[in-house]
Amino acid sequence: MAQVLVVTSGKGGVGKTTSTAALGAALAQEGEKVVVIDFDVGLRNLDLVMGAERRVVFDLINVINGVAKLTQALIRDKRIENLSLLPASQTRDKDALTEEGIAKVIAELRTKFDWIICDSPAGIERGATLAMRHADAAIIVTNPEVSSVRDSDRIIGLLDSKTVKAERGERVAKHLLITRYHPSRAARGEMLSIEDVLEILSTPLLGIIPESEEVLRASNMGSPVTLSSPLSAPGRAYFDASRRLRGNDIPIQIPSETRGIFNRLFGRKAA
Amino acid sequence: MTLFKLFRRGSAPIARERLQILLAHERVARNQPELIGLLREEILAVIRKHVAFEPDKVMIKMDRGNTVSTLEVEIEIPNAFGAVLAKAS
Repeated sequence: MAQVLVVTSGKGGVGKTTSTAALGAALAQEGEKVVVIDFDVGLRNLDLVMGAERRVVFDLINVINGVAKLTQALIRDKRIENLSLLPASQTRDKDALTEEGIAKVIAELRTKFDWIICDSPAGIERGATLAMRHADAAIIVTNPEVSSVRDSDRIIGLLDSKTVKAERGERVAKHLLITRYHPSRAARGEMLSIEDVLEILSTPLLGIIPESEEVLRASNMGSPVTLSSPLSAPGRAYFDASRRLRGNDIPIQIPSETRGIFNRLFGRKAA
Repeated sequence: MTLFKLFRRGSAPIARERLQILLAHERVARNQPELIGLLREEILAVIRKHVAFEPDKVMIKMDRGNTVSTLEVEIEIPNAFGAVLAKAS
């Protein structure tokens, strides 16, 4: 049975697109059939982060308007064959994104893929609510920082009221993905700790992605970090998160600075 | 200054406390529209049992103050129903 995921956050710049690309690639690298959809109409970027910006011919709105068939708009990744991308339109016409149109596209994708990952635009407007509309589960990307945590709380409220599942009286499964985590800053009490964020949002944790130059390097090169540096700390963290999504029970380790035994001992205390 | 620095334990606890207070308020406020909708329906149902009125001649307003909030319900009832009201009281 296909799973529809929405990667959402409310706040911009927290790592939705990066996480969509990395998780989509990680799932595909492990043999799942995956499609990632960019819902950020007018400001598409998933194509760029995935290194497919020069291969976009048709987009989501073309499919909804009947200008192109779904199969014509899907871009198959050149490195991972069971990974596809459905890009957003670059035009500003957001009204073209209709609820019925999206329902139809998602229904068709459900027959072709195991995972349908919707990359939500920032904000709580139409684009964001449409991206979460058909989700079975949500990945809430949060930075350990006050404005991001507040916006995540807002988004959690929307997931519980504006989705098809919520309207049917069912629940959208929610997973928290904490990104840009600085272990040393958290240890010094300069940054909200993982426990703080979990307690405030009371949402189960999917993974912790440490702040890393590898993430920037990956987007510079147009390659998901799980592909460009699978053994880096963020690469491994995304792989672990993708395995948890598939139902594997992998204990979550709070990243700590690996600077010798002293640091390790005190880093562990946080777990 | 040095003493202050010595005892300062980072700003994360402050962030945590501010967030907890703020979100407690916002979560309550988020449920308000639903509360007004619910009150509206139930109050109107009670009144409708005794008096007929136009649904669009109803105004319900909630003012939230610091210690007390007020709920204002204004229903325009045609004069033809004055007799019905008098009889009911």
